[in-house]
Amino acid sequence: MTFTTAREIREAIASGATSAADVCREALTRIDATNSSLNAFNHVVAERALEQAMRVDRQRASGASLGPLAGVPVAVKDNMCVKGVRTTASSKILDAFIPPYDATVVERLESAGAVIVGKTNCDEFAMGSSNENSAYGPVRNPWATDRTPGGSSGGSAAAVAAQCVPLALGSDTGGSIRQPASFCGVVGLKPTYGRVSRYGLLAFASSLDQIGPFTRSVGDAALALTALAGHDRMDSTSSSDAVPDFSAALTGDIRGVRVGVPRAFVADGVDDSVRRAFDASLDVFRDAGARLVDVDLPHARYAIPVYYLICTAEASSNLARYDGVKYGHRAATSTDDTLTAMYSRTRDEGFGPEVKRRIMLGTYVLSHGYYDAFYLKAQQVRTLLRRDYERAFEAADVIVMPTSPIPPFRLGEKTDDPLQMYLADIFTVSVNLAGLPGVSIPCGFTEGAPRLPIGFQVIGRMFDEATMLRVADVYERTTEWWEGSPPI
Amino acid sequence: MSTTLSIEDVERIARLANLELTHEEKQLFTRQLADILAYAEQVQAVDTAGVEATAHVNAHGVERPDEPIPCLAVADAVANAPDPAPEAGLFRVPRVIG
Repeated sequence: MTFTTAREIREAIASGATSAADVCREALTRIDATNSSLNAFNHVVAERALEQAMRVDRQRASGASLGPLAGVPVAVKDNMCVKGVRTTASSKILDAFIPPYDATVVERLESAGAVIVGKTNCDEFAMGSSNENSAYGPVRNPWATDRTPGGSSGGSAAAVAAQCVPLALGSDTGGSIRQPASFCGVVGLKPTYGRVSRYGLLAFASSLDQIGPFTRSVGDAALALTALAGHDRMDSTSSSDAVPDFSAALTGDIRGVRVGVPRAFVADGVDDSVRRAFDASLDVFRDAGARLVDVDLPHARYAIPVYYLICTAEASSNLARYDGVKYGHRAATSTDDTLTAMYSRTRDEGFGPEVKRRIMLGTYVLSHGYYDAFYLKAQQVRTLLRRDYERAFEAADVIVMPTSPIPPFRLGEKTDDPLQMYLADIFTVSVNLAGLPGVSIPCGFTEGAPRLPIGFQVIGRMFDEATMLRVADVYERTTEWWEGSPPI
Repeated sequence: MSTTLSIEDVERIARLANLELTHEEKQLFTRQLADILAYAEQVQAVDTAGVEATAHVNAHGVERPDEPIPCLAVADAVANAPDPAPEAGLFRVPRVIG
């Protein structure tokens, strides 16, 4: 069988049409067949996965009730801890790290019956938009292997697009789920900040990081979010708000829903192919009975500098823990070396160029004399940006915009100019700064060869993933973009 | 304000960040950080008089009773260390006093 959706796999296992072990073997075979060309997985845990799958099969045989993700093969981005399974964040500094505990999302997946098959490649410590910052080499886009799959969760996006797994976890600090989902032609959901526990996620920027699923359908994203969401005593920023059954929100009816379009914000710098696909998506909403309304986000044009000032400041603090003492790489030292010399050499050897660049930038903006002018100022503009969204959500129930201004670019195309790479994050970062949920869904392809996927995002109010997913689901029901398969 | 960055600035920041950079890295970062900071300076143009800073979007309180809960065993906590002293439950480091 070919994988379609997590829901179908779970039903096929529950009905006895197939076994979890067979589904797991299929996934492992597909990973084996594609990984040499895609490099989507840093490591595969075949034996562990088969044991978990057989446990699901035994559960079914004993007549026990099955979890909502029973037997569904899942890939986990390599910046989330799985107890006893190597977790590297695609960094040399953590090359041999074996976590002594599970991330809360891993616990929740496994208690829902999911079968973890491996850890996916990503930009080092989730810092990047092209997956080229991985210590283990870039992931390649399944639609055209000379292109980036996006980043930082490129391996998870590619694994779902190439149908290795129907579900993968990513983390999104400034677009790292939504942008690769857009580049790989799959669904990528960033929940509201606080909706999903960050315990066991290797921290990049703690006020922005959020974990979410990659799937092939909006229905599966709803299914996964319902399993992942909820308060966790191990993450004080996780919300105690009740978690609805997001699957039940997908009613297929968006009549009267107000869909906000920030026309001024999306007016410039958008590639023609992306613009055409995005404009066509607006017609779909109009035809489904939604009302299109104009919204204004006057401070969104500052989102890139605000984001990069704040995320690097937080990163410089979070990554101070990698010091060659508690875990990870330690540089060789002589008896004359001091502790500080060991720290500095370890970090120089262990971190790649983009991580060093961000630690340097963050240290600078937090340093004496620059704190007020850069860091504090960025936090104030962040407040203004949040207010923009609050006002926009008085007129609209959801906001739509392209996920990326450009289609997947060539590997190597932007690596020499970090600022150019940052600028391509324009439509994703403001959502993290405001703490909002966003979901990227496929909405077309570029013309000519190679066909490259294009996506757009639906953004919701804080903790209103339900309306956001309902709108995205109607789009998916009306269109067929999600049915395509990459040539790989 | 206008951001200019010298190689001495980069060396100072690298010391604060505990990063021993090569000469090539220092030169590269002097140029790239200056570019990025020059771009980021546009935030100075925004009127933020009286605007509070957002450090975090969470509105809800995060206080909880201070009660001990089970945590990692010492042996597990030191198992990943490059130079552990598991019998003492400690991490070994180079000398601290220079």
